[in-house]
Amino acid sequence: MAVTVRIPTILRTYTAGSAEVSAQGATLAEVIDDLEANHPGLRARLLDDAGKLRRFVNVYVDDDDVRFSEGLATVTGEGAKLSIIPAVAGGC
Amino acid sequence: MSTIELDAPELASSFGPAVALSCRECGARVPLGPQYVCVECFGPLEIAYDFTAPGRAPITRELIESGPASIWRYAPLLPVPADVASKPNLNPGWTRLVRAENLGRELGLRSLHIKDDSGNPTHSFKDRVVAIALEAARTFGFTTLSCSSTGNLAGAVGAAAARAGLDSCVFIPAGLETGKIVMAGVYEGELIAIDGTYDEVNRFCSELIGDEAGEGWGFVNVNLRPYYAEGSKTLAYEIAEQLGWRLPEQIVIPVASGSQLTKIDKGFKELIALGLVEDAPYRIFGAQADGCSPVAAAFRDGHDVVQPVRPDTIAKSLAIGNPADGPYVLDIARRTGGAVESVSDKEVVEAIRLLARTEGVFAEPAGGVTVGVLRKLVETGKLDPSAETVVINSGDGLKTLDAVAGAGLTATIPPSLAAFRSARS
Repeated sequence: MAVTVRIPTILRTYTAGSAEVSAQGATLAEVIDDLEANHPGLRARLLDDAGKLRRFVNVYVDDDDVRFSEGLATVTGEGAKLSIIPAVAGGC
Repeated sequence: MSTIELDAPELASSFGPAVALSCRECGARVPLGPQYVCVECFGPLEIAYDFTAPGRAPITRELIESGPASIWRYAPLLPVPADVASKPNLNPGWTRLVRAENLGRELGLRSLHIKDDSGNPTHSFKDRVVAIALEAARTFGFTTLSCSSTGNLAGAVGAAAARAGLDSCVFIPAGLETGKIVMAGVYEGELIAIDGTYDEVNRFCSELIGDEAGEGWGFVNVNLRPYYAEGSKTLAYEIAEQLGWRLPEQIVIPVASGSQLTKIDKGFKELIALGLVEDAPYRIFGAQADGCSPVAAAFRDGHDVVQPVRPDTIAKSLAIGNPADGPYVLDIARRTGGAVESVSDKEVVEAIRLLARTEGVFAEPAGGVTVGVLRKLVETGKLDPSAETVVINSGDGLKTLDAVAGAGLTATIPPSLAAFRSARS
């Protein structure tokens, strides 16, 4: 499945400055593998040593936080739009 | 872990005792700048200080007490220049610490104080954090002050930008309380409602920051977040100073992202390290509403990670379903022997009324959450009723009148003594 991935500013050093890149994969895990193949170094920024999403990384597939669905097993359909966003917050 | 020293003396002096940004996850350090995420591990960056560097005046109680009646009396403990108070700003802080004997008696507490931050210029604690972010924005040359907000921050940013002569553009979730919208819009900066939850607004701002449309903007709770968050330390400093340079034995703090709670802990630790207060144990309790209680749920279940939730509560200023500082709140509550607890919206409203009836303090729902949780902690034996306790009220009930819409007239009568006697009989 071909998807597009929105890259946050701090990771654009891995994508030659591109804010958005194309990738392949039927699940988030496969998309991350494909990103790593084309932009080496990205995977280690997104996943910890145990291969899980780092706790301060939020990934959205078509506007849905993958933590509300299947995490790395979340299905990424044809044309899906992914966003990688650092966790920030306001409030108290 | 890498350490990068500041190489620009003028930049260093702009941030007072602050020396670097440090990752809370992996400890990597980077120079002070408008960054908020660790490039190594995505962890949050926070300010690292050197309070005792050669040439820096010792920080004493007397030095602080001779300062202005605002957060700037603590300037030597904040990432701001020494002359910060002379620049146009809202001069927030030094709010009252109310000795709450009536409420304490009702709840069975020996000693209770309310730190009433509704007394800030825009009626919430947000003026503290925005003041620090505003100064950082000036230093970095930003001309627009921006934020994602659950309401209180919107007003604080609008007012601070107006006073400082900066533009502002503030993003809020659609459906906020009318009072908060008006109190943010009156400053006539841009105020944009996003059709989504606070977490979605936050996400939008994170994307905007990497886009041309957001260039030159200081987002107080995104790219200025390390500076902004430090403002909450002043709550800790003020409480300790107002108690006579003592730490409270117990404190109940509202938890949305968890930032305020973690910074109050940081403030207490700094006061101890600098010898400004006695090194005495304190217990920190976090308060959430049931309708948005991911941190309380993680605490209850013994987890050290926080599963995000979709918020549904009247306490909109605490309605953050994906709390960035949640794991640190869990660490602190467990380390200090405290807890994180939640109450229902019904209990929140009851607590707002209880606080108003007993102490004459009208709190917004976030204050109802802390007082409601305080009551629950007493009733369940988790809080020691004989220990000195402080509870935070972070905002003003005038912004959220709908929460207590049932309160009002006792009677409507003609202007006659007979009618008055009759109405009261």
